[in-house]
Amino acid sequence: MPAARGVTNERGKPIAMSSWLLLTVNSVTFGGLLFLLSAGFSLIFGLMRIPNLTHGSLFMLGAYIGATFVGGMLGITFDFWLAALFAAILVAAFGAVLERFLLRQLPGQQLAQVLVTLGVSFIAADFCLMVWGGDPINVASPKGLSGFLRAGPLVIPYYRLTIIVIAVIVAIALWLLLDRTRLGAMIRAGVDDPDMARVVGIRVSRLFTIVFALGAGLAAFAGIIGGPMLSAYPGLDQDMLPLALVVVILGGTGSLLGSFVGSIIIGFIYNFGQAMLPELAYFVLFLPMLLVLLLRPQGLFGRHVP
Amino acid sequence: MSRKITRRKFMATTAAGAAVAAVKFPTPAIAQAAPFKLGLLTVKTGPLAQGGIQMEQGVITYLKEKNYTMAGRKVEFFSADTGGNPAGTKTKVQELVERDKVDTILGPLAAFELLAITDYIAQNKMPLLSLAAAEDMTQRRPNPYFIRASATSAQAMHPMADYAAKELKLKRVICISEDFAFGHEQMGGFQQTFEDNGGKILKKIWPPLVTPDYTPYVAQISDCDGVCQGFAGSNPLRFMKAYDSAGLKFPVVSGETGGDDALLKSFGDEAIGLMSCIPYTLDLETDGNRRFVEGMLKNFNTVPGQYAGLLYVNCQVVEAGLKALNGDSSDKTKLVAAMRAVNLTDTPRGPVKFDHFGNVIGDFYVRKLGKEGAKYGLSLWNKTVKTYHNVGQFWTYDEKKFLAQPVYSRDYPPLKQ
Repeated sequence: MPAARGVTNERGKPIAMSSWLLLTVNSVTFGGLLFLLSAGFSLIFGLMRIPNLTHGSLFMLGAYIGATFVGGMLGITFDFWLAALFAAILVAAFGAVLERFLLRQLPGQQLAQVLVTLGVSFIAADFCLMVWGGDPINVASPKGLSGFLRAGPLVIPYYRLTIIVIAVIVAIALWLLLDRTRLGAMIRAGVDDPDMARVVGIRVSRLFTIVFALGAGLAAFAGIIGGPMLSAYPGLDQDMLPLALVVVILGGTGSLLGSFVGSIIIGFIYNFGQAMLPELAYFVLFLPMLLVLLLRPQGLFGRHVP
Repeated sequence: MSRKITRRKFMATTAAGAAVAAVKFPTPAIAQAAPFKLGLLTVKTGPLAQGGIQMEQGVITYLKEKNYTMAGRKVEFFSADTGGNPAGTKTKVQELVERDKVDTILGPLAAFELLAITDYIAQNKMPLLSLAAAEDMTQRRPNPYFIRASATSAQAMHPMADYAAKELKLKRVICISEDFAFGHEQMGGFQQTFEDNGGKILKKIWPPLVTPDYTPYVAQISDCDGVCQGFAGSNPLRFMKAYDSAGLKFPVVSGETGGDDALLKSFGDEAIGLMSCIPYTLDLETDGNRRFVEGMLKNFNTVPGQYAGLLYVNCQVVEAGLKALNGDSSDKTKLVAAMRAVNLTDTPRGPVKFDHFGNVIGDFYVRKLGKEGAKYGLSLWNKTVKTYHNVGQFWTYDEKKFLAQPVYSRDYPPLKQ
């Protein structure tokens, strides 16, 4: 039985080569989307030392706002990319307000801050339900990217490939920002040692606002970019937040490289785990997180224990 | 010094007030004169809210049409949000029964909510009309106070499988549905009828309830004649997208939730061709349905899906039962019996009557999703291609034999090797 030596599913039947390729491409795509979501999450976690539990809601808000403008629900129709940018800016502003007027009121009280972010996530979920109703909203793929790439037995939507390109562009832009600019240097200093950063004259509290807004904007951007794949629906926030959490714990907080590698790893585990061991889908997803927490609590690329 | 209300003064005034009230407003002696209290357990927050909001809209559409009167009695309506979890449902049902003293309860939405309150309902002899599809509620563990005017999990799947085997001539089908009781029961029903008609289920795939991207599961679909999906909520939308994105072209059939009319405005072209079998269809051309759809459009500016349609039907059942008792709802056991004995001819879902377990015997509609015939500003439409009349929960099977086999589950019926 030559087939038995190939990749098999849980019943021992071979998985076709085309499925194998499809899963691989989708793993990278999903990883790219996760990176957009979790890069901001990781920076906020690294700098402010709190897991921002509104991050899923920011993703969902981005998806809804984007869907509103792409679909022309207010009578204004934006181009997909313009809508994405607009949603990102809007949600970034919301993030800044959230940090400045809520989290700032609880300086140093990390538990209280986490609870505030959790509370805001509930409010945001019901806000979305109130404004957009319970019906899922479809987001159309941007013009010119709705077709398929056909390569032999393999069919890949162009849009999924685009997500990979976008994730790489954003990763490079973020790396340049963090590695080559003064602001980036300050953020890195804040992540490494906030007290020392303060001593040398960096206004760490202002960094908090900037990073929170940046993270919020990125999450919203991911929401609309993921829209054609996932659509906008109530509960999207709770579906995405655990994934961001897993990525960041795996990759390490405050590390861009960590989020990138973590996202790709989780993308692969998510896709192949569900295809080959569907009964153990969650187990497979959270097992690496468990192992990392036990063996290397700071994550693969993290520099301090969260 | 501020004026103080002494305890004595307070007692005196309150007593006087109470005396006046007692004289002025004597409590009505005749039960009929009191309003009929109708409770609704629904979900207005969280991921299940889409269906829950529709449920409430269906009830309100009915009450508005009847000017909040049933069988000559004024109706007081109590709507409770369970939050979509069993604990919340337990609390809310107690509130409805013990505080609001309702006469009948509609809802809840989900099976796990229903299972949390079924004993309480029976103890309190409270008529309950729910959409929740859990098979055994009207089969192996019946509740005498329960009425289901919608369908059991498999009730729509039996005719769908019949159609898939006989008319679509499918032979080898892959089933995919959420990994919870409703999904298992739907697929069990499909498998049994499909295999009885010469078909074969190749495999059953169970993604978790929460699955943002279905591509890994879609990748497991190959080498078959067709696919049966049993997704609920917003999941059908994302499943059909992932299915289409993977370039799969096998025909897809589904049950009552997989192609619900409430999803029509969200579906894109990827869903064209989807077949579904359902107890309520927007497409039904009867006076009863037209009146209901117009009411929904007027009141809420939305087209109804099955959650709204079936709750409207529930209200009709309640009113018909109440009418049979001349509006007397004091004996709840009689009330349930009267509701179960109704025989309605013109509901939005067609004729409705009940079997001795309180489960509906009614029409089921097989529809094909496409652009033809779209109305109410929709661009997609579920067009009825075949109506199965008077379908009961046991389909064409003998009741005794059906009840002797285990309830449909993840592993029953087992896959044939």
